[in-house]
Amino acid sequence: MNTLIFRTIAPFLTALMLVFSVFVLLRGHNEPGGGFIGGLIAASAFAIYGIAYGVAAVRRALWFHPMAVAGFGLFVSTLSGLLSILAGVPFMTGLWITPHLFGVEIALSSVMSFDIGVYLVVVGAITSIALALEEKESD
Amino acid sequence: MAATPSTPVDLSLAFILTPPPLGNWLVILPPVLMITLGAVLMMMRHATRLHGLVAVPGLAALVVLDALLLWKVAVEGPITMVMGRWLPPFGIAFTVDVFGALLALVSAMAALAAGIAALSDISETGRRYGFFPFLMLLMAGVSGAFLTGDLFNLYVWFEVLLISSFGLLILGSEREQIDGALKYALLNLLGTTFFLIAVGYTYAIFGTLNMADLAVRAREVSGAPLMTLAGLFLLAFAMKAAAFPVNFWLPASYHTPRLTVSALFGGLLTKVGIYALMRVMIMLFPVQHEAWSFVIGVVAFLTMVLASLGMLAQNDLRRLAGYAVILGIGNMLAGIATGTVSGLAGAVLYALHSILAMTALYLAVGRAAALSGQFTLSSLGGLYQRAPGFAFVSLALMLAVAGLPPFSGLWPKIMLVKASIDIGAWWLAAGILVSGFLSTVALGRVFLIAYWRPAPAQAEGKMPAAAAGPDRPGGSAGWLSFGPLVGLTVIITLFGLFPEAPMSLSQTAAIGLMEPAAYIGSVFPAGGRP
Repeated sequence: MNTLIFRTIAPFLTALMLVFSVFVLLRGHNEPGGGFIGGLIAASAFAIYGIAYGVAAVRRALWFHPMAVAGFGLFVSTLSGLLSILAGVPFMTGLWITPHLFGVEIALSSVMSFDIGVYLVVVGAITSIALALEEKESD
Repeated sequence: MAATPSTPVDLSLAFILTPPPLGNWLVILPPVLMITLGAVLMMMRHATRLHGLVAVPGLAALVVLDALLLWKVAVEGPITMVMGRWLPPFGIAFTVDVFGALLALVSAMAALAAGIAALSDISETGRRYGFFPFLMLLMAGVSGAFLTGDLFNLYVWFEVLLISSFGLLILGSEREQIDGALKYALLNLLGTTFFLIAVGYTYAIFGTLNMADLAVRAREVSGAPLMTLAGLFLLAFAMKAAAFPVNFWLPASYHTPRLTVSALFGGLLTKVGIYALMRVMIMLFPVQHEAWSFVIGVVAFLTMVLASLGMLAQNDLRRLAGYAVILGIGNMLAGIATGTVSGLAGAVLYALHSILAMTALYLAVGRAAALSGQFTLSSLGGLYQRAPGFAFVSLALMLAVAGLPPFSGLWPKIMLVKASIDIGAWWLAAGILVSGFLSTVALGRVFLIAYWRPAPAQAEGKMPAAAAGPDRPGGSAGWLSFGPLVGLTVIITLFGLFPEAPMSLSQTAAIGLMEPAAYIGSVFPAGGRP
């Protein structure tokens, strides 16, 4: 798509959607949201960028291949489940640590790292599908 | 709801924090290992030369893990781990008994053989398309399906292995492969949808999907439409297992992918369907199984006889092997139809034999094609002259597949025939024997034509050009492809010569299915069932 308005807006829109996707991912812990929907938002951000500037630009910007991102996400999720072997609880049991950094309590958990893994799997898989479809169109 | 439990859930159990014994992690480790390795291979997708170095040791580790698991289960009885420390009927339980562990171990062995054979058979293009990551995820699905104790989780593992199998099936994206994959995908998706509907229906009736919980409630409940439910499961798993009226997807697709992929599929996928069928019909719905058993028997009879006729009619070695897979499915269904301990033990033993023998048979077909450059029986020949050692191994395999002594196919067949006669189903026993005889004729014909007959002149001229091709049909003919074949044949021979251990394990597996008290006790210890 080659309209001036779209090409001007697309980078801002992409950036905004990516930030929002991370917000939805982290919010999903206790409220509606989570890794899956966050990943979908991020993937649509990449798709919009791809429509405006072409698939090659997205691939350059992503640096890693989308499938590698998905693989990394799967890896992170599996490791989050395996962490519980160290704590002596069954697979996939949620583990929490709450360190105090600069006077702020930050709740970190294996549940969250699992969700981040889900986010990356969805981003990687859907982006790679979207880019493959967009590539066909531009050829 | 038809049967709401009168005893309330004992919530205090959720606060007991005894750590699970480290050995119990064996229950979950096989699929976790495979998923982790699949993820790692996806990350290093461009370093295709390293894929084999990660995947083959990974599969060897899977064999070791499954062997340890089987040993532990055989000694201690079924073990359970509930994900995320939820209470059993709510959390997803992984419950392993001898039946699941046995099949997991044997399928891991077949996968290891196929993984080693793939080192030489799968070209650079195939690896770039992701053969090894798909193989890892396929094994994650297969092991998960064998080890899970939750009906919906079983569905999820089916999906995992189905999606990986789609990827493996179209490796290389040739026209013939896409055609085969389309039929395979459509019919398997249909089967999976039936499965999903049945799972939803189960949840609507019982309000639980934990298999141990279901096993108890299905025996107590009355007035629920369980016949329909069991029929739906039967249809879904019969599609997965390639039983007669719904098996046309198998001959249409199994000859299209690379031979190593066919070997994996022929060895593993249909057996997962048989496993699920036995788990659901025998353990969960024994009363309904009794009512359906005549139908299963007829299906088994038709599957066997038509498959052996199919074997006789084929001129393409790969299609012939596909019908051999279906023939085995018919035999296992016959065992399921009898519903007795000896019949079920025969079916389990046949499944073990079939996983190994079918993988080996496809690998042998691949090697025959690598040596002669083609799959067509009418123009094959002279294999004995060219490779006497390979001809010897092939003969052993064919005898095993046909169910002749002294190889692994003999014992399960004896058990199945005896079990059918015991319940008075002489026609089923006759079906097993006649189809076995026909398959012996078909395989004997292959040996006679492809191995003993001198190579036809026309094929002689064609051979060098075809064998020199890098991609089709066989790949290299070195030790990397011959080794796994020999290994599998040795296992099959040992299995046939010393059948006591597999037989007694199958017996234990069958008893565990018919009387699941130990299985239920492992999920709900000390009567803690809600």
